[in-house]
Amino acid sequence: MVSIVLDGKKIDVEEGTTILKVARDMGIDIPTLCYHEMIKPYNACRLCIVEVTSNGRTTITASCSTEVEDGMVVKTDSLSVINVRKMVAELLLARAPSVEKIREIAAKLGIEESRFVEEKEQRCILCGLCVRACEEIVGVNAISFVNRGPEREVSTPFKVESDVCIGCGACEYFCPTEAIKIEDIKGRKVLHDYLYLGPTKAIRVPFLQAIPNVPVIDVNYCIHFKTDNCKLCEKLCESDAINHDMKDEYEEVDVGAAILTTGYELFDSLKIPEYGYGKYPNVINGLQFEHLCHASGPTGGKILLENGSEPQQVAIIHCVGSRDKNYKSYCSRVCCMYAMKFAHLVHEKTNAHIYEFYIDIRSFGKGYEEFYNRMLSEGVTFIRGKVAEVNDGALTPEEEGKLIVRCEDTLVGIVRRIPVDMVVLCPAVISRNDSEEVAKLFGLTLSADGFFREQHPKLGPISTDSDGIFIAGACQGPKDIPDSVAQGAGAAGGVLSLGDYYSVEPIYSVIDDKLCAGCKICISVCPYDAITFNEEENVSEIQEMLCKGCGACVAACPGGVARQNGFQDEQIFAEIEGVLI
Amino acid sequence: MIIVNNDFEPKLVGFLCRWCSYQGADLAGTSRIEYPPNLIPIRVMCSGRVDPSFVMKAYSEGADGVLIFGCHPGDCHYKEGNYKTIRRYSMMKKLLGEFGIEDERFRLEWVSAAEGEKFTEVVKDATEKIKKLGPLNWKEVLEV
Ligand code: FES
Ligand code: FES
Repeated sequence: MVSIVLDGKKIDVEEGTTILKVARDMGIDIPTLCYHEMIKPYNACRLCIVEVTSNGRTTITASCSTEVEDGMVVKTDSLSVINVRKMVAELLLARAPSVEKIREIAAKLGIEESRFVEEKEQRCILCGLCVRACEEIVGVNAISFVNRGPEREVSTPFKVESDVCIGCGACEYFCPTEAIKIEDIKGRKVLHDYLYLGPTKAIRVPFLQAIPNVPVIDVNYCIHFKTDNCKLCEKLCESDAINHDMKDEYEEVDVGAAILTTGYELFDSLKIPEYGYGKYPNVINGLQFEHLCHASGPTGGKILLENGSEPQQVAIIHCVGSRDKNYKSYCSRVCCMYAMKFAHLVHEKTNAHIYEFYIDIRSFGKGYEEFYNRMLSEGVTFIRGKVAEVNDGALTPEEEGKLIVRCEDTLVGIVRRIPVDMVVLCPAVISRNDSEEVAKLFGLTLSADGFFREQHPKLGPISTDSDGIFIAGACQGPKDIPDSVAQGAGAAGGVLSLGDYYSVEPIYSVIDDKLCAGCKICISVCPYDAITFNEEENVSEIQEMLCKGCGACVAACPGGVARQNGFQDEQIFAEIEGVLI
Repeated sequence: MIIVNNDFEPKLVGFLCRWCSYQGADLAGTSRIEYPPNLIPIRVMCSGRVDPSFVMKAYSEGADGVLIFGCHPGDCHYKEGNYKTIRRYSMMKKLLGEFGIEDERFRLEWVSAAEGEKFTEVVKDATEKIKKLGPLNWKEVLEV
């Protein structure tokens, strides 16, 4: 601890603290431009100067880099400090008159116009924050100062495109005067590729109400994982909760049953190029619309077009890729209802006119038909017909700048052209692309549409052909939330009712020990190691508990000694005789 | 001279594994797909349960063709039952060839639980081909 006098007040402070920090902690306002608490001070802007008297000598010095010493007397607002600061501000203002932050600082000091004129107006004040951030935090040194005197500027070596730059945007972030702008050239993205509706950070809470509600680090975008540096978040986190060395871990857990709830995927709307998805920015799919509407989304829940304005007309297209022989012939079940929910949201949040293009409205659930009727009364225009095309070829002045939805209105029997500002596609719900692998892993089979097949469509809708494996939710077929919840609860109930006993099918195999010759062929074909050899008796024996009843041993037994309950040779022979009468 | 008897309706016996093919056939039924009634399915737990004697029995009882249906390779509910079927099938094929039984009269097909459509295709195809071949008449020959 050292004691100093700051603006007439005597205080004890920790050794090694800078004057700026002490003053700011006491609530004294000292302007700074080139200072950032996470980066080493550099004394470039000189706005933070104070008057320091130490060992009988008085000097004017930068407070951001000067550490306190015992007996120091510091004045932050003496006449000479103010005069020098005013001069610094005036010079900065002359160099960068259009920088808001500098104008503000100058205005606080009573300067509106600078007496000096600089030939060339600039934004960069050569404070070096960007250079230091790139070096100290990012650790790649992609930019630095080049040239000297009036020519001095920040640039990449030889002013050519840097190949060490990782496009992290730290320089832009730290720049106090907005002199640096990050642009997306050559696909070196600073944005998230899957949340293209707006930029996100490399460390963030995945979404509002995430469980667990803690931030995660995206290793694909975090600077530390690119350059081994930065770790700013770790330094700032007071409870030391951030650990960059954490790795994904695989844990083996012994369980008695499993419920598969692997969900679904969305049909890729790019496969139907006629709808202009990926070509026109205002053609979005259902999930993107949800993201747009979400209170924590990129627009704070406002429904806006790409240019930030509110849409005047919105088209919602049902059955994109579903109920379509060319793609998926089944009905995705959830789209009609969520499409109508979208209509309701648009109606609530904007003044836009809404068009729903449908093949059939399937409002099958409790309260659903009532909701459909409500949408009709809210003025949504329902057009029965499959949309042929979405394009931007205007034929009339009213269509200028709009997206044109072309569709046959099958109720009226005419082809319509409807100009809209935004198109929301409702793509088919499809099985996950790894469903085949997962099915193999758990011994399940797939239905024709690629979803997991339940044991029986009516009598075993949650169990599967594999004992102890249950399925719930959209991995079994397109399903809405209430149905998924019901199936999930059913699956949990199915697991709980398994009890602590094991039931075997009555169809298992047996070996007649009196007739067995001990050839052991059955042992070699059993996939479950359910047959053991009794050396004493010289016979093979089947453990009923392990036998799954496939009958491989029965077919292989040369003596006809192994027999399968329910499927004995004689029984099958009798069947053959019976069917061939 | 080949005499084609158009009224001849072949009798086919199918051994269907319980997990894939039988359910596939079931699906064909619940989807109301039409297909020739010539094949009569017999359910076994796994295609690997099909003993060569079943096949011989079927021919000797008057079948004009025998089809074994199993899960696709790798999908057998009992892991490897259908691999055993493949081996047994090629062995039997040779043997039946020696007896003069044509290729078309003995088939092994993979039909999954989702392939109701495929099941009916196979049955249609087999019925047509065996119709062309004419009756096998093993039962009559054996009885003489
Ligand atoms: S803030 Fe201290 S010199 Fe710029
Ligand atoms: S269970 Fe179908 S072939 Fe084995």
